[in-house]
Parts: sequence; structure tokens; C-alpha cells
Amino acid sequence: MTAAAAKGPRISRLRLACGVVLVLSFLALVPLQRAIDRELAAQGDAGELLYLPSGAILRRLSLGHEGLLADIYWTRVVQYFGRKRLGGATRYDLLGPLLRITTELDPQLVIAYRFGAIFLAEKAPAGAGQPQEALQLLRRGIVANPDYWRLWQDLGFIYYWDLKDYASAARVFQAGSERPGAQLWMKAMAASVAAQGGGVQTSRLLWSEIYRQADNDQIRLSAKSHLLALQAQEDMESLNALLRKYRQTVGRPARSFRELVAAGLLRVEPRDPSSVPYRIGPGGLAALSTGSKIDLQLLQ
Amino acid sequence: MTRRVASIALNTFKESVRERVLYNLVVFALLLIGAAILFGSISVGIEQIILVNLGLSSISVFGLLMAIFIGIGLVWKEIDKRTIFSILSKPVRRGEFILGKYLGLLLTLIINTGIMTLGFYAALLYQKRTLALADLLALEAVYFILLQLAIVVGLALLFSCISTPILSAVFTFSLYVVGNFLDDIRWFGQETGSAVVESLTSGIYYLLPNFGDFNVISQIAHGERVPGYLLISNSLYALLYVSILISAAILVFEEREFK
Amino acid sequence: MSAIEILDLTKDYAVGFFRKRLRRALDGLSLHVEVGEVFGLLGPNGAGKSTTLKLLLRLIFPTSGTARLLGRELGDVSMHARVGYLPENPYFYDHLTTREFLNYVGELFGLASAQRYRRVGQLLDRLGLADSCDIPLRKFSKGMVQRVGIAQALMNDPELIFLDEPMSGLDPLGRREVRDLILELKAAGKTVFFSTHILSDAEMLCDRVAILNRGRLHGRGELREILSLGVSATEVVLENPAPELLTELQPYSRAAVRTGNRVRVEIAEEAALAKVLDMILRRGAQVVSLNPVKMSLEDYFLAQMGDGAGRPPAEAKRQVQGEEVRK
Repeated sequence: MTAAAAKGPRISRLRLACGVVLVLSFLALVPLQRAIDRELAAQGDAGELLYLPSGAILRRLSLGHEGLLADIYWTRVVQYFGRKRLGGATRYDLLGPLLRITTELDPQLVIAYRFGAIFLAEKAPAGAGQPQEALQLLRRGIVANPDYWRLWQDLGFIYYWDLKDYASAARVFQAGSERPGAQLWMKAMAASVAAQGGGVQTSRLLWSEIYRQADNDQIRLSAKSHLLALQAQEDMESLNALLRKYRQTVGRPARSFRELVAAGLLRVEPRDPSSVPYRIGPGGLAALSTGSKIDLQLLQ
Repeated sequence: MTRRVASIALNTFKESVRERVLYNLVVFALLLIGAAILFGSISVGIEQIILVNLGLSSISVFGLLMAIFIGIGLVWKEIDKRTIFSILSKPVRRGEFILGKYLGLLLTLIINTGIMTLGFYAALLYQKRTLALADLLALEAVYFILLQLAIVVGLALLFSCISTPILSAVFTFSLYVVGNFLDDIRWFGQETGSAVVESLTSGIYYLLPNFGDFNVISQIAHGERVPGYLLISNSLYALLYVSILISAAILVFEEREFK
Repeated sequence: MSAIEILDLTKDYAVGFFRKRLRRALDGLSLHVEVGEVFGLLGPNGAGKSTTLKLLLRLIFPTSGTARLLGRELGDVSMHARVGYLPENPYFYDHLTTREFLNYVGELFGLASAQRYRRVGQLLDRLGLADSCDIPLRKFSKGMVQRVGIAQALMNDPELIFLDEPMSGLDPLGRREVRDLILELKAAGKTVFFSTHILSDAEMLCDRVAILNRGRLHGRGELREILSLGVSATEVVLENPAPELLTELQPYSRAAVRTGNRVRVEIAEEAALAKVLDMILRRGAQVVSLNPVKMSLEDYFLAQMGDGAGRPPAEAKRQVQGEEVRK
């Protein structure tokens, strides 16, 4: 057997061996990586929380590219929030710190303040349920961008809706209305809040404005839901008044709205804004039927 | 003299433009800028900002890589490969040689930056569908990037006259990094309260090139102009510092022997 | 005016890790080269030949001593416009073509564009580079690079041309071409100063030579004179001569060396030559060759370098070539 032929099978065996090692190793990597991912996920955010760098330091380290780094961190915020929400989380521990880093890197990235505040302030599980954090974020945003009136709007919103602090809300709406470019409704809102506190009219004004300004569907939808809920609440208050009147006149509580129609108090059986009929619930008060798409929880 | 300097500059340009690595870097930069369009779509509300940030940062980083990579070999290669013998035996002064080398490389950088900037505007056009006059604002950032690169090339040239490419790269890059931290260094010196440390850090502050002054990408991305007086004074700073570097390089080079 | 005047030129290098020691690469060299001469600087590798050339061209600076090129002090860079230089083992720009490179050189000389164009064409033709003039230089073989090197040295039609080991790395054809070129330059009245360690080339080309070893000058002078220093004689090579003949020849022959079947006899005096030939013919011996013997440059070289006992160089050479034939 010549030397070449003797080498022949050896070489191809070597090649075969290498090829096998390659393929098997890759196959083994997949479940291994999955296991690592599982372990990391189980660890939760607590580990990561410890290792988040300070925004100020990052800014220095970025050698002039802090804007890009801020954009990257903002992308992380969005992905973190989305991932957690889809996974049905109730805690968003990294949200505040990530937003802080993002805004420290680029204090003029207003979208981070605005969306960030919304995500932070919303009650769990839709948001982090940290309205105070949201307030701080917005205040920092206002310091960095004092003439951007929409930040005042967001601040006022949180005071009004999440904290029910109407005095502060009125003050903030007023201050915001004086910023350049502020729209007129800010003044109206200030006045309304000052006058009626948390009344339905004020809330409707607020949510209508948000709906009008919304530049993406998520916010538009949310505003719409709020408006419908407000509408339903208003409807129910009127219906309750009519129910009281019926009881006074007839002497017993109505059992269905048909009786009110028959009594001439209503022209037609009432439907809620999602076209589902109201019913009379416990305590003889107007309530939503089970098929209703209105979410009164939003009003909490 | 100018004819010879121009001739050396043009020759340097031809030699460096034919380096394959340059092409790779430029292509990579263009790809990255193109990808910026995709990045915008995965992040809410910052499509244009991220394109501007990523685009300008890419131009800056790749420009820096090019400046260092070619700059360090600029003089050293001629010495190592002995091509310098053919040049200095002609009626060429050593100072003319250095100046010509510098200008040649600067020209290379300007052209490559120009190509990357065109790519950037193409991406911007693709994303926004139209371009407004306000978009020309990015050119201010590109101009400042070029000023930075002019200083970096000067540094690389100076080190290239003294040491090997690897060391030159390390020194140049280190000075670039430190040059971005000068504010912090000076602040640190002030905070320590020691007069000695303070004057030391103050000296460093004025001695080393202040690259931090030229970082305007973030504000440009938000549509904020660079004030005219800063444009002028930073240009003067760059001009002065480059003169310092070239003079130093010439001084070193005049004494250098070529065995 | 001499083309080159060197006076006591010395070069020390600081060597060692801390640059403490001094190595003397050139020690007090003094010589001059006349206009129109071909001058050879000879010596083994490391003798200081390249050092001398680089000192003259301001690539390195002298520790002491002076020199003048074409009457001007060293350091007058404008004088380089009248000088051409081919470095040892030249290397040129990777990405340029010959044409571009020669053009660049022309620009550095300040030649006007039409003149440049013409000159580049002339040189490409003369040096056989025309076919490859648009190929990047990095693809050239050593011989081609050497030719490009000569072309760039001649670009400005210089009065004084320095060539550092111009034959190095060339095949015999290439060396012949370079030799012819040097002779052409000499015919055109140029001064050529070249360094080499190949003595046969110098023998063929130089008017005057100088010998350098370990930085020191060991000898110099007109080639003609050097070569006639050895006693001239006539060498007769006989095939299988009869021992009686050798005995007869002995009083006239300076030496007799046997190599195999042949005996080489050196006849010192010209007058005795006729008698010797007569003797040889009468004996009927076979004459292989009859040649005058001159001292070669190699002999002179070895002598200058000091081959030990101080024997006449011709004898040293004979020692090397064959055993001495003694009666």
C-alpha cells in the first residue's frame, strides 16, 4: 500500500471526527443555553439591579456617544417593559433605574420622561405602580427641559389621576399653561381642577385631550376606555337618581329598567357606551352587565 | 516648496486610498448606518433620533479607526520599508515630507468621511421621505468630527516618527480617551484641595488635546445648533493644536537617522 | 572641483540597551572623487560602504568630519537636485505603478509635466520597464525593482550618481545591463560612485577604487596602477612535460605548480620568454596556454586586508590554487 493510500483513510477519519465533534457540540449547546437562560430568569431582576451602572459614569465613559447610549437604554426600557408585561409580571423593578440611566445619558430625550412616567405610574399589572417615582422622573425632565409644556401636562395628570392630589394638579396645570406653546386646554384644565377637584367633567376634559393628542394606538385606546368608563359612571349616576325617584313614587325598588320605561321615567331601556344594557345590581343600584366591555376599574 | 508638499500629499493619498482595510471600514460604516433604520423600528418614538445618533457616532468611530490605523503607519512604514531613502535623497526637506504626509492623510479622511456622510443622508432620506434644510445641521457634527480626526492624525503622525505601529496606536488611542476626560481630571484636581495636584491637573488640562469640546452629536440629534462662536473657536483650537503636533513631528524627524 | 570630497568623516553609533557603548562604523575616511570618474568603494559586508553613502546623502549625520558634493556642503538639500541615488535592496511603494512612482519622483525634482512625461518614457524604454509600467510595484521581482531603482536615480539626469550595491540580486544578464549602463553614464560625462563587494565588477568598470574594511580605509588608487603593482609575468601551462624540461626551465621560472596532468610555469622576465619557448618547442612538449599574468584586484584586495604573513599576493593565490611543484 503506498504512503498516499495509507494516509487516505486516516485523513478522512480525522475529518469525520472533527465534523462529528462540531455538530454534536452545537447540538449540545442549545439545551445548555436554555438551561442557563432559565437559571438567569429565575434569578429575577435583583441580580441585575446590583450591577446597573450609574448614568453619570456611563455618560463619561461614552466618549461623546452618550446620545446613542441613551437610545440604546431607551430601547432596553421598552423591551423590558414589553417582555415583563407579556409575561404577566406584577413587578417592574428595573424600570425606574433604567429610566434614570436613560435620562441621565440624554436629559433631552423627552419621550423617556413621558412614556417612562406613564409606565411607572400605572397600577400593576399594567404598570409599575410607582407614581412617586414617576413624579421624580418628570420633575427631573422639567429641570432639563423647562420650556417643554407637555412634561407639565404629564405631571399634572399623575397628580390628578394617580395621586388624587387635586391641589397640586391644579397648580401644575397652571404652571404648564404658561410655558411657550402650551395649548389652551391646559388653562381650562387648571381652572376645572381647581373648581371641581376630581369631578367627572374635569376628568373627561383630561382624557379627551389625551385622546386627541395621542400619537399611537395604545394611548388612544387607553384614553378611549377611560372616557367610556367615565361616561358609564355618569350614566349610572343619572340612572341611580331615576331609580331613587321611582322608589319614592312607587314605594318599592324597581327590579328592572323596563319598569322605569313603563313608568315613563325612561324612554328606552338604557345601554352602556359599549351597547350592552345596564342592569340593576345589588343594593338596587345601576350596574354594568357581565357582557359589558367597560372597565370601571380604570376609574380607581 | 508647496509643489513638493502637494506632491507628497497626493502620493500619500494614493497609497492610503488603495489600502483595502479602508474600504472594509467604510463599507462597514455604511452598513451600520443602514441598519440604524431598522433599529429605529424596534424602539418607540426615537426613529429619527437613533438614526442621527447611530449615524454620526458611526462616522466618528470609524473615522477614528481609520485615522489611527493609517496614521500610525504613515512615517514608520516609510522608514521600515526603506522607501524613505528614495524620498529624502531627492531635493526634499524633511519638514516638507512630514507636512505632505499629514495633508495626504487628512485628505483621505475627509473623502472617506464625506462618503460616510452621504450614506448617512441617504439613510435619513429613506427614513423621512424628504429632507429639510434643518437636516443640514448634521454637517456641523461632521465638521467637529473632522476637527477631532485632524488632531488624532497629528498625534498618530508624531508617534509614527518615534515608535512602532503598535505602540503608536496605543499611545494615540490613550490620548484620545484621556482627552475626553480632561474636564473630570481638572475637576478632580480642584476637589482634592491640594495645590500641587490642582496645578498638575490644570497643566494636564491645557497640555493634552481637549477632545471633549468637540462632542456635539447628542445635541445635534435634538436639533440644537452649535453656536457660531464655538464653531470658530474650536476650529482655531484644532488648527493650533495640529500646528503644535506637526512642529513637534518635524523636530523629531529632523534629528532622526535612517540606518 | 571634485565631484566628491570627503574629509576625515567619522560615524559612531550608540549601541547596547542603554545606548552606552559606541560602535565606530566609519573611522576618519578621507577621499575625493573627480568629475567624470567611475569610483568603486569596495569592501566586505559591514565595512561601512552603505554608511558612507548615507552620510553623503544626509540620511544619517556624521559624528565628525566634513564632506562636499559638487562643491556644496552636506546639508544643502537643493544640491540633491543634481544627484541620483540607488539605495541598497530598494523597496518602493506597494500600491503605485512604475509610471506613477517615476512621475512622483519627477515631481519631487520639480520637473515640469511635459519634461517629466518625456523623461519617464525615456527611462522606461532604456531600462526595459515599458511593458510593466502599469503594474503595481509590489508585484515586481527583485531584478525589476532594481531596475526601477536605477530609473528613479536617473530621473533628474543627475551629474553625480550614487549606487549602493547596484548588482545585488541580479542575474548575469541584469548585471551585464547595469554594467553597460554605468559605462554609458561615464561616456556621458557623469560621475558614478558605487559600492560593491563583487571585485570583478569593479575591475571592469572603475577608474579608481578605495577599499574599506571595518570602517577604515585600507587602500585606494587608480585601478590601472593597482593592477600593475604585481610583477607582470607570463604564465605557460604545459601538458605532461618531461621532468628534464622542468629542470631546464627552473632558472627562468618563478614558480611551477602541478595540477593533475598540467604544470603551470611562471616566467618572470620577458627577455627570458623567447628562450623558454625555444626550450619547450625543442623538447616537443605540449603547450596548453600562454597568458600574461597581472595582479588581479582580488589579490590587491586580500593583500590590503592583510592575509597574514605579508607574502606577495600572487603567491598567496597560488597556494590556494594548487600544490607547489618543487624540483
